[in-house]
Amino acid sequence: MKITVNGEPTEITCETLGAALDELGYGPAKVATALNEDFVPTALRATTKLAPGDRLEIVAPRQGG
Amino acid sequence: MAEFYGTQVSSRLMLGTAQYPSPAILADAFRQSGAGIATVSVRREAGGDQAGADFWGLIKDLGVHVLPNTAGCHSAREAVTTAHMARELFDTDWIKLEVIGHTDTLQPDPFALVEAAKILCADGFKVFPYTTEDLILADRLLEAGCEVLMPWGAPIGSGLGLSNIYGLRTMRAQFPDVPMVVDAGLGLPSQAAAAMELGFDAVLLNTAVAKAGDPAAMARGFAQAVDAGRLAFEADPMEPRDMAAPSTPVIGKAFLT
Repeated sequence: MKITVNGEPTEITCETLGAALDELGYGPAKVATALNEDFVPTALRATTKLAPGDRLEIVAPRQGG
Repeated sequence: MAEFYGTQVSSRLMLGTAQYPSPAILADAFRQSGAGIATVSVRREAGGDQAGADFWGLIKDLGVHVLPNTAGCHSAREAVTTAHMARELFDTDWIKLEVIGHTDTLQPDPFALVEAAKILCADGFKVFPYTTEDLILADRLLEAGCEVLMPWGAPIGSGLGLSNIYGLRTMRAQFPDVPMVVDAGLGLPSQAAAAMELGFDAVLLNTAVAKAGDPAAMARGFAQAVDAGRLAFEADPMEPRDMAAPSTPVIGKAFLT
């Protein structure tokens, strides 16, 4: 299905957020996620289903002021 | 010692981590600053990228408290979601709450700021709101559950210093028991000293150090200025007056014509 990952149209084959992170190559990376503008805690990724058109944001620690 | 949400920090200088020429210069600047609190952010990361892990490793080595921000957020909802992601990533319930209302001045949106502060305080966050010197807004933020206020000195990144000293002095007087940090707009150590002389508990800055020709030296300059300003405040400064008052005794002067 086609979803948007960090603003980019992306084709994925899996059905859950947790599996999508693996498919997209994040592995054990320290990231946090939001789906359709709502925060999804790490513990809920495995059971969070994705649907076509979903907007997924994946962020990591960065410099800030 | 300054205290924020029950956490004591030895330094009254809070320093941002953005815009340094290199990670090594960032680390050196922090060492010279003595800062006990570092602001950080969350940003998009691509699969397989190590930028987040590398930066996090650098920050952990600094041994400072981490204060994540919601920089760039323009709505309460966006700020709340960002705060949740930051809490998970940095494993802290501290959040520097920024909800921007005006693109050119980066002035906070007071209405969305209060809305987001209410939601986050109710959800257990310890909110450090980036605000203005507006007293009514300050009151609303305290009502929302904020126990720290961070009024701007001047627009973020401007280096203009304290653009409304009257407003800041009034705010300090109005909320004498609330820990308050002058956040943003400082360009020079003398401006940081002035903020501390007004009785603010700390200052938070980033660009003034990161964009200096020698960030480590500027960090040291700010550290000394913050200490000097705080000492002056605690020493109870003299009252200024319009007319001269001789400091050398008048009595006993030789009578010479």
